[in-house]
Amino acid sequence: MRWRRRLSRLPLHLFLLTVALVWLIPTLGLFVSSFRPKQDLYSSGWWTLITHPSQARFTLENYRRVLLREGMGRAFLNSFIITVPTTILTLGVAALAAYALAWMEFRGRQLLLVLVVGLIVVPLQLSLIPILRIYQTLGLNGTFLGVWLAHTGFGLPFMIYLLRNFFAALPSELFESAFIDGASHFTAFTRLLLPLSVPVLASAAVFQFLWVWNDLLVALVFLGGYEQVAPLPLKLALLVGSRGQDWHLLTAAAFVSMIVPMGVFLSLQRYFVRGILAGALKG
Amino acid sequence: MRKYALLAVAVLVLGGMAFAKGSISIMVVWSGTELEAFQKVVGAFEDKTGIDVKVESVGRDLPTVLVTRFEAGNPPDLAAMPNPGQMAEFVARGGLVPVEGFVDLSQHPKAFVDLATVGDHVYGIFISADLKSLVWYNPDALYAEGLAPADSWDELMYITETLASRGKVPWAIGLESGAASGWPGTDWIEDIMLRTAGPELYDKWVAHEIPWTHPAVKRAFELFGAIVRNEDYVYGGTTGALSINFGDSPAVLWDEPPGAYLHRQATFIKSFIANAHPELDLDRDVAFFVFPPIDPKWGTPLLGAGDLISAFRDTPEVEAFLKYLASAEAQSIWCGALGKLAINVNVDPSIYPDALTAQAAEILKGAKIFRFDASDLMPAAVGSGAFWTGVLDYVSGVDLDTVLENIESAAQEAYGG
Amino acid sequence: MRKTRVHWLYLAPALFFLTMYLIYPSIRTIILSFYGPRSQNFVGFHNYITAFTSPSMLVAFRNNLLWVLVFTFFNVGLGLVLAVLLDRVRYEVLVKSIVFLPMAISYVAAGVIWKFMYAYRPTYAAQIGLLNAIVVALGGKPIGWLIERPWINNLALIAVGVWVWTGFCTVVISAAYKGIPKEMLEAARIDGANEWQVFWRITIPYLKSTLAMVTTTMIVFVLKVFDIVYIMTNGAYDTEVIANRMYKEMFLYQNYGLASAIAVVLFVLIVPFSLINIRRFRAQEAVR
Repeated sequence: MRWRRRLSRLPLHLFLLTVALVWLIPTLGLFVSSFRPKQDLYSSGWWTLITHPSQARFTLENYRRVLLREGMGRAFLNSFIITVPTTILTLGVAALAAYALAWMEFRGRQLLLVLVVGLIVVPLQLSLIPILRIYQTLGLNGTFLGVWLAHTGFGLPFMIYLLRNFFAALPSELFESAFIDGASHFTAFTRLLLPLSVPVLASAAVFQFLWVWNDLLVALVFLGGYEQVAPLPLKLALLVGSRGQDWHLLTAAAFVSMIVPMGVFLSLQRYFVRGILAGALKG
Repeated sequence: MRKYALLAVAVLVLGGMAFAKGSISIMVVWSGTELEAFQKVVGAFEDKTGIDVKVESVGRDLPTVLVTRFEAGNPPDLAAMPNPGQMAEFVARGGLVPVEGFVDLSQHPKAFVDLATVGDHVYGIFISADLKSLVWYNPDALYAEGLAPADSWDELMYITETLASRGKVPWAIGLESGAASGWPGTDWIEDIMLRTAGPELYDKWVAHEIPWTHPAVKRAFELFGAIVRNEDYVYGGTTGALSINFGDSPAVLWDEPPGAYLHRQATFIKSFIANAHPELDLDRDVAFFVFPPIDPKWGTPLLGAGDLISAFRDTPEVEAFLKYLASAEAQSIWCGALGKLAINVNVDPSIYPDALTAQAAEILKGAKIFRFDASDLMPAAVGSGAFWTGVLDYVSGVDLDTVLENIESAAQEAYGG
Repeated sequence: MRKTRVHWLYLAPALFFLTMYLIYPSIRTIILSFYGPRSQNFVGFHNYITAFTSPSMLVAFRNNLLWVLVFTFFNVGLGLVLAVLLDRVRYEVLVKSIVFLPMAISYVAAGVIWKFMYAYRPTYAAQIGLLNAIVVALGGKPIGWLIERPWINNLALIAVGVWVWTGFCTVVISAAYKGIPKEMLEAARIDGANEWQVFWRITIPYLKSTLAMVTTTMIVFVLKVFDIVYIMTNGAYDTEVIANRMYKEMFLYQNYGLASAIAVVLFVLIVPFSLINIRRFRAQEAVR
C-alpha cells in the first residue's frame, strides 16, 4: 500500500527533478566555468569535468582577480547603502497606497488603479533625462538620497499593483468586523493587514532587492561611475575590458554578485508558508 | 553616539561629489588594463600640476550615461567620445569646447586634426590610434603550406583558393561582438571600398553624397562576400563567422593543427591573441602584412581608428589637461602600456612594448592615403546601426540589394535630420 | 468599507513618487514625440509614421507579439504547475530556490551564461556550448541558435526570458496558493474529489485574481523586454523588439523624437490589458 502510493508519486518527482535540473544546468555550467582557466573556457565545454575528469583543470585565479580588486569591499558597502533603504522605502510607500486602493472608498479609485497598471509599462530609460534635470536644480545629483528616491519611483507601480492584489483578496469580514469594533484605518493597517501579508511583503521585498541590487544604469546615471560610490554591478561590469575581453572574469564575478541576493531570498523564504491566513481566520 | 550615526548617514548621502577647487572630471569608457593605463597617464599629470583629476569609468554604457548627463545640463568636464560621429552630434547640440586656441596641434598629423574638426573649429584631440588594414598570420603555419604574405588581391585570393583546395580553412572571421556585432565586417568593407573606389568616393560615401545602392558600395560588399559567404573559406562557415566572437576568432590560427591561416583585424587584436595563447613569442610566432591593394590605381590606403577626447567645459585646468594629453609625454605612457599607436609625431618609437606595434606605427607614419573608420564617422543610426546589422544580414544570406536598400532608408532618415 | 478622507494620507507619498518619476517624464515624452531628433522642430506625426512603417519596427512588433504569447504562456503555466506541485513535496524550498536562482543573476551575467549555452563551433572543432554539444553527440550538425531566423533565434531568446522569470511567477503564485485554507482542500478531497477536480474547482478559482495579476505583469514586462535582446543579439537577424529599438534611438542615435514616439506606442499597447484589469477590479468589488 505504502510503496504503491510512493510509486504513484514517481511522475511528480520526476517532473520536478527535471525542471530543477533544466533550470540548474546553465547556472551550474557558469559555476564550473568560473573555476576554469581562460584558455580551457574557449577550448572545451565545462562538462569536461564529468566526461573527462582527468583533463579538467581548475584554478582560483578568476576569483582571486575579482575579489582582490581594489575597492571591492567599498562596492559591496555601496550596494547595501543603495539597496536596503530603497527596498524599505518602496515597500512602505507601496503598502500604504495599496491599502488605500484596496480597503478605502473614494472617488477616482478605479482610475488610480488603472493608472498604476499603466505606469508599469513606462520605460525608465525615458525618465532619466527629465529627472536628472530636476535633480540638478535640487542638488540631488550624485547623492545616495537621489538614487533611493529614483529606484523607489521606478519600482513603485509594480509594487503597488502586487500588494493591492493580495490586500484586496483578504476576506472582507475581517476588516468589517474590525471597523465595527471601532478600529481606525491605521489600526487595521498595522494590526490586521501587515501581519496577514507577511508572505507577499516578503516576496515583494525580495523582488525589489534583486532589481536594485542588480541595477547598473540607474546608479550610473544618478550616482556616477566614481570609485567611492560605485555599486557591485558597475565594478563587475568594469572587470571586462571596453572591447569585451576577459569574459572569464565575469563568470566568477557573477557568482560573487549572486551571493547576497540568494542569501536574501533564502532568509525570507521561510515566510512563504502556508497557514498564516488560515490561522488568522480561525482566531 | 546616535548623533555620530546620523552624521555618518548625512556624510554618506551628501558626500557624493563635492570637488575641491583645481579639480576636473573625465568620463571614460575604459576599464580593466586600459583604465589602469589611463590612471597612470593621469597620475603623472596630477604629480606635475597638483590638479586633481577624477576619472569616472562607466564602461560600455558610456553613450547612454554621457547623453543623459549632457541633456540634463550636468556633463563631465571632459569625456572620451565614442567616435568622431558622436562628437559632431555633441557639437551640433552646442556642447563642446573648441581646443585649437590652447592646444598645440602642430605635432599631430593633419589627418587626425581634420577628423576632430567641425566647421572652423577643432573639438577634440586624439590620444592614440589603431591601424586596421592588417592581415594577421602564423608564419610557421603559412610557410609550411608553401605560401607567403600577399602583395595583391589576386595573391590573396590565390592563397585562399589554394588552402581551400587542400581541404584547409583559409580565413578566421568573427563578427560577433555583443550589442556591437557586425563592426568587424564593416571594417572589411571599408578597407575594400578604399582600394576599389578610392579615397574621394569613400569620403562621399561617408557623407552620404552617394547612395548605399551605388555600384561601388555594392562591389565592396560583393568582394567581401566572395570570401565570407563561401562556406569553405571561413572557419565554421557563415554561421561560424556570425557566431564566433571577434576577439576569440583569431585564436585558431595558432591551434595545432591550425584551424585557419589568415585573420584581418586591427592592431589591438594582438592582446587577444596573446591572451588566448600565452605560450606564443609575439615577435616570432605572430606576424601581419598590410591588407593588399585591389585596384592598382588606388594603391594601398590605410584604414584606422582612434581614441578621441573632448571637453564640455572650458577652465584653465581643463585646458592644461588637454594640452598634456596631446603631448608626447602623455601619449608615451598611454601607448607604451597598451601597445596603441601614438598620434603625436614626437613620441619615441622605442616606447612600444613589442616589435609588432613598432612596425605598425612605422606603417601608419608612412601612410600615403589614410582614412578613418567610415562607420565611426557616419551618424550612429547608420554607422553603429543599419551598417552593422546590414553586414550581418548580408553574411547570413539576405539578398544584397535588400540589405543596401535597408541601410539606404535608414541613412535617408539619419542624414536628413 | 468606510467613507473617509484619510485616504489622501495613505496615497500622498505614492502620488508624489508616481508624479515626479513617471507621470511628468511621460508627459514630456508625449510632447517630444512630436518633435525632431534634437527636439527643436515640430514634425507632427512624422515619428509615429516612422514607428509604424519602418521595417525594423514591423519586425519588432511581430517579435513582441511572439514574446507576449510564448513567454507569458510558459511563465505563468510553469509557475502555476510548480507552485501547486511543489506544495506536495518535502524538497520544496530546494527546487524553488533553484528555479528562483536566475532572478538573482544580473542580466550581464545571464548573457554570459546563455552565450555559452548557445555557443557555436564548427563541426570539426570541440563544442563549448552545451546545446550544440548535445546536438553533435546525437549525430546532428551544430546550429546557430541565435542566428537561424525567424523561429529558432527568437525562441532561443524567449527561452532565456522564461528561464529568468519562471522563478518570479512560481514565488508569487505559490504565495497565493499558500493562502488557500488547507481545510478547504482537505474537505474537497474527503468529499471524494480527485486532485484534478480539486485543481480546477478550488485552486484555479481561488487563484484567479493572482493569475490575472501575474499574467498582466508578465505581459507588461514582456512589452518592455530589453536586456536579454540587447545583450544577446541587439536585434540582429530579425530579433528586434520595441524597447530595444527605443533604447537605440534614444541613446545611440540620439533621435529623441522617434524614441519618444516608440515609448508612447508601447504605452498605448498596454491599454487593452489595463481595461481587462478594470473589469476584473469591478467584478472583485461586486463580490464583496
